[in-house]
Amino acid sequence: MADEVISEFLAEAAEILDSLERDLVAVDAGELDPSDVVAGTFRAFHTLKGTSGFLGFDRLGGVAHAGEDLLCAIRDGAVPWTRPVTDALLQVLDALRAILDVAAKTEKDGDDAYPDLVARLRSLASGAAAPAADEPARPDAAAPEPAASPAPRPIFQPKAPAPTLTRAPAAPSPAPAVAPPAPAAAPSGSELSTAHEKPAPARATSSDPHPDQGDVAGTLRVPVPVLDGLMGLVGELVLARNQLICQDATREDPRLAATTQRIHQLTTGLQEAVMKARMQPIDNVFSRLPRVARDTAQACGKHVHLVTAGQDTELDKTLLEAIKDPLTHVVRNAVDHGIEGPEARAAAGKPVDGTVSVRAFHDGGQVIVEVEDDGAGVNLSKVRAKAVSLGLVSPEEAERLSERETIELLFRPGFSTAEAVTKISGRGVGMDVVRTNVERIGGSVEMISAPGRGSTCRIRVPLTLLIVPALIVACRRDRFAVPQASLVELVRVAPEREAQMVVDVHGSLVLRLRGALLPLLDLAKVLGVGTAGRAPDGALSVVVLTAEGHQFGLLVDEVADTEEIVVKPLARRLQALGAFSGATVRGDGRVALVLDVAGIARRSGLLTDSEARTGAAASAAAATVRRPYLILRGRDDGRLAIALGEVARIEEFAPEAVEQVGGAEAIQYRGSVLPLVRLAAALNEGPGRPSPGLAGKLQVVVQRWGQREVGLVVESILDVTEEDVTIDPARARPGVAGCAVIQGRITEVLDTAALLAAQIGPQREASRA
Amino acid sequence: MPEPLRVCTFLLGGKTFALPVGEVREVVKDLAATPVPLAPPAVLGLVHLRGQIATAVDLRRRLDLDPFRPERPHVNVVVQGADGLVCLPVDDIGDVIDIPADAVDRPPDTLRPAVRELVRAICKLQDELVLLLDTARAVDPSP
Repeated sequence: MADEVISEFLAEAAEILDSLERDLVAVDAGELDPSDVVAGTFRAFHTLKGTSGFLGFDRLGGVAHAGEDLLCAIRDGAVPWTRPVTDALLQVLDALRAILDVAAKTEKDGDDAYPDLVARLRSLASGAAAPAADEPARPDAAAPEPAASPAPRPIFQPKAPAPTLTRAPAAPSPAPAVAPPAPAAAPSGSELSTAHEKPAPARATSSDPHPDQGDVAGTLRVPVPVLDGLMGLVGELVLARNQLICQDATREDPRLAATTQRIHQLTTGLQEAVMKARMQPIDNVFSRLPRVARDTAQACGKHVHLVTAGQDTELDKTLLEAIKDPLTHVVRNAVDHGIEGPEARAAAGKPVDGTVSVRAFHDGGQVIVEVEDDGAGVNLSKVRAKAVSLGLVSPEEAERLSERETIELLFRPGFSTAEAVTKISGRGVGMDVVRTNVERIGGSVEMISAPGRGSTCRIRVPLTLLIVPALIVACRRDRFAVPQASLVELVRVAPEREAQMVVDVHGSLVLRLRGALLPLLDLAKVLGVGTAGRAPDGALSVVVLTAEGHQFGLLVDEVADTEEIVVKPLARRLQALGAFSGATVRGDGRVALVLDVAGIARRSGLLTDSEARTGAAASAAAATVRRPYLILRGRDDGRLAIALGEVARIEEFAPEAVEQVGGAEAIQYRGSVLPLVRLAAALNEGPGRPSPGLAGKLQVVVQRWGQREVGLVVESILDVTEEDVTIDPARARPGVAGCAVIQGRITEVLDTAALLAAQIGPQREASRA
Repeated sequence: MPEPLRVCTFLLGGKTFALPVGEVREVVKDLAATPVPLAPPAVLGLVHLRGQIATAVDLRRRLDLDPFRPERPHVNVVVQGADGLVCLPVDDIGDVIDIPADAVDRPPDTLRPAVRELVRAICKLQDELVLLLDTARAVDPSP
């Protein structure tokens, strides 16, 4: 029983504190007048003090009491409401939260009485209000108060009181209604004096902290485990329903079919209803953000306005909890890194006050949360320089990174653009952690930057965790589920297109998709059960997936269907394989494994940290690195290699399409001019031979060069491979970084940056042109 | 006088094994296992047990017997392991019997190490020897 009273109190206190925090930050932002909140805040502290006295939480009571005294002095006009007052009161909230945290764990309120804070509150209050500060503490204040009973009370609020509450805002209020809290502050003003003299009436504790919740049609506070249990049962029901439908299909009984149909509908309805019961408005998370933005802005000397929209958007409680920290971090980032300092803003002709807007909305079975700032956008050159200094990429690689790839650097572990490590940054949480946490719940994070106008961080999360839509794919005899959150597209490679689209092999397949090159994994090979099969017409099925910002193709035997699946955890030993994130029971009663998309990419070497560092390592002498290479034919059937990461696309052009522009060769390509560099000539090997058997077409490796692209005309492309490569720089020559043994043959590894620089000038000039 | 130990016995490769009866959840007949690629060889796959998913572990492999073959007659002993439900296919199920405390002995040193690893005790009954398995080790699929 005592536990229940305490946990009720903790839940209630947390709500009171959240609502107070909103008010205080609103006052600080000038959105509310202090006079609107003094009374409510005073009463809230009083309530906390009273109940904590009853429960024996003296530390809590002491801090609340000191806060109450300060507000009392303000209310009496003895002390003005100043920023230090707001600061101190916010600190009171922090202290109370800390004490409540301790109380939640130990059922005692800890040892910290916050003497410094109490002293500060007293000195603020004592300006002219010594009597108030001297008012004796009333540890017994709550004794006669039936404070225990208010606790269960809000569990159910009958319909009857609704009219009185809804009428309240209409009652003549002394001040024109400002914001939601105003109606509450107004009618309660008269109660205040009594509240001050005698113990707070129980009803004040239960209803007043949420005066803005006019909807009292009947609310029930249900412990989360109960909802979890309900959700689990619904999950089982969904499975049983799927089985029933499966079995029904084999029988021809119209009555059974009708019943099955009915159960199908009811199950779907029940699933939706239970999911709805677990939904909470995202406002529960948004309400913390103004404080986060304020504290961050103050710490970095900026002026920032936080605007929220879509607070009503609902999300599963578990997911809401899961995005709380990532979202807080993203907002902090937007203020710290996104918004410029006041001088820079003034110089750019922007309002001195920066704006961070946080929006939530639904988008096809997902919730999208966007954090947009009107700052300077992502400074690409700074990010590149930082990445080079951290050794994440080599200077040459950094030069060639596209805008998108540069922004992706922000999500690398250990990356931080903060010039000075302030107390805001450097908390050990980076965007990589944000992404990891969001992807863990089946979501994704991306960053969009508009230089000079700001940046947007877009977080996508599924509506619910337990039941997820999935694509069922076949691999050999078995079926696997792929969560749709990781799915980009499905590609069918017809036999006649295969030679063009799937570049062969030696363990590394590459898919040419609309000009882009994607690593292609064979699911059967990854799982060690053979090689992928084909459709009856010989076509290959590729599922294009995304994990941690990388796209790759997964070759499967067949794409079967989409299905709502209930994900169940695997034994730890099987989870540790890193290939499956869970299992599900399908309609036929058999178990199907759920693929861990990121895990599969990682197992196959697509997402290793070492890959991220290869660039820097490659410039060091004779370092051994594993990375994919494109193998070309060189002079006298010698072999050349280009790191696949440097290749944007591979194209074929008719020789007639080549035009002469200012003494150099170029080609019209994708609406712009693609300068061509003949590899053989660039390496001083004379004119290259046309490739045999390709109708004399030019084989062109398209590479990014600053903002532009350059085509490297090669003799022929032999292969794509991935292996451990040790480049021996002693064998370097202009345009060649060194020699290495690749696929058992001596291969010259091209230094395309140097090669292109020698041919068409340094990259910066190229990008300025 | 210590309490007798109540066990559930089963046959595997001609020997009688036992698990404490409190650790056996149920005994079920045919179950179709979905293989788990990349898993240790002793993992036969995942089976569906009324909405729950159990890992099927080949005890024969763990005991150095010839591996499990689904076409041979068998029944499944379902055990609640520390890491979820585990399903152990055995040749046949035996009885629930009480073993007097004085019939329980340390496993003999002559047992092969692979087997000894999994056996907690040997129980000498009138007409047979029963090998009492250590549940946690028996359900662990990797040696």
